[in-house]
Amino acid sequence: MTANTEPQEPKLVVRDLTVWYGEKKGVGPVGLDIVGQHVTALIGPSGCGKSTFLRSLNRMNELIPGCRVTGDVKLDGDPIYGTGIDPVAIRRRIGMVFQRSNPFPKTIKENVAYGLRIGGLRDAREIDARVERALTQAALWEEVKDRLDDSAMGLSGGQQQRLCIARALAVEPEVLLMDEPASALDPIATAHIEELINELSAEYTVVIVTHNMQQAARVADYTAFFYLGELVEFDRTDVLFTKPSNSRTEDYITGRFG
Amino acid sequence: MTATDAAPPTAADRAALALQAARRTRRNFLADGALAAATGAALLIVLAILAMILFDIVRNGTPHLSWTFLSKPPSEGMTAGGIFPAIVGMVEMVVLMTLAGVPIGVATAIYLHEYASPVSPLTRAIRIAVANLAGVPSIVFGLFGLGFFVQFIGAGIDKAFFHGDKVFGQPALIWAALTMAVLTLPVVIVATEEALRAVPQELREASLALGATKFQTVFNVVVPQASTGILTGTILAVSRGAGEVAPILFTGAAYFLPLLPKNLSSQFMSPSYHVYVLSTQSPDVDATKPILYATVLVLLALTFTLNIAAVVVRARMRRRAGVAT
Repeated sequence: MTANTEPQEPKLVVRDLTVWYGEKKGVGPVGLDIVGQHVTALIGPSGCGKSTFLRSLNRMNELIPGCRVTGDVKLDGDPIYGTGIDPVAIRRRIGMVFQRSNPFPKTIKENVAYGLRIGGLRDAREIDARVERALTQAALWEEVKDRLDDSAMGLSGGQQQRLCIARALAVEPEVLLMDEPASALDPIATAHIEELINELSAEYTVVIVTHNMQQAARVADYTAFFYLGELVEFDRTDVLFTKPSNSRTEDYITGRFG
Repeated sequence: MTATDAAPPTAADRAALALQAARRTRRNFLADGALAAATGAALLIVLAILAMILFDIVRNGTPHLSWTFLSKPPSEGMTAGGIFPAIVGMVEMVVLMTLAGVPIGVATAIYLHEYASPVSPLTRAIRIAVANLAGVPSIVFGLFGLGFFVQFIGAGIDKAFFHGDKVFGQPALIWAALTMAVLTLPVVIVATEEALRAVPQELREASLALGATKFQTVFNVVVPQASTGILTGTILAVSRGAGEVAPILFTGAAYFLPLLPKNLSSQFMSPSYHVYVLSTQSPDVDATKPILYATVLVLLALTFTLNIAAVVVRARMRRRAGVAT
């Protein structure tokens, strides 16, 4: 079920990935290839397992008690699951932006610098430069450059979410996972974020969970449709939305259920 | 009258319905009124008791309150003088207690909330144990302190370092402080856990997703967020410690000391114990009474101040949390 029509090595290779909550299966088995420097969208109705799948890509699901993963994920050929593999190292390479913006109750600058500082960066000039770069990449620099030392809590919802994106970008991950990053935002802020995702895909591999099929169609190069804990179809977005090969995909994207 | 009735309601039907509604309103009104009166009366009783205590103590205590009273030791068989050594003793005991107890309590709460599996039976057992520790009568802590700290640890230190001379193997400031630290541990643990629970899970996830270790997350994000709650717990523990008598009775508090405690193995005076001594052991009850009232007033003022400080800190924390979400 690979959709890699371009002659490019996939960034993430997922094989037989199954996530369990105790004895209950959360999602899987899933197998797909995520192409580097492109946007891949995961769509499907609530509870279909798309967020669970996303969180298993940087081992965030391990924080849930009783959660267990079988199968295999490789990042540039390196396994991310296995004995002796540190989830902390994986998460530095695969960053994440959450559904609800979750800035730290610190200043704008310290939010972005957090990942750098815990990574051991001490040089103040280097930190300043990388904070500016990350905020610029997240299209927030112009709005906040004069109040970097103000609390991040004073920003609007859309700004907070872009700050969280900047914070994730500051540690220079290779892959950026986004869990419905615009679902709590108004249409204008959503448009900002979508534009941003398009720009980021030049440099980063983006995997985005979205509830909104139009959003998937607008931002994603590839789309995976999940239903009832299974990957139903995965293809280039234009193909999936115009000529779905599975009748359940067609029913979903035409609005017959979900 | 059912909804399926085809005929529109007549004037008589409407009048009957209106009457019913009026009766129901009156009944609700009476029930509400009765409940408001009952709960209000209970509140009045509480306030009245508090007012009576405060009024009595302030009226009888204020005349004797003076700078001399606060700065001089008791004299003439405690029928004159002040309570300076008791105030100093309490402050020293409370500082030692805080240094010993709060780090352990905070660390325990961090372990319970951040590291221990929330579903494990062991975690649940520890929580129940902490709750039970809070319910142990304070005199039992006093006896525990005497048996464990004074007679076991203290006597052990004497045997090992002082050739069996009695230095630490007797009631002392340090043992009273440690006993009180044990007594106030549950306060600190419960308050800290509550503060940790109030830290949004999203913040932990944000930190971990940036490649922070669990340790970095706890110390850079979780504990700073919970710090006001931890401070509240500490203040409440101090306030509790300042007022207790039973735990220090056998472990370090002295009946009367003209001098201030010199070191950790000295005994000390405490306002709470001083109140007990004044009210039960005085050679001249009438001469002692104004001193007793003034001592109680000072003790109350200290603990009230601490409790109000805790309330203010907590209110500030709530307000900040409100802005954060």
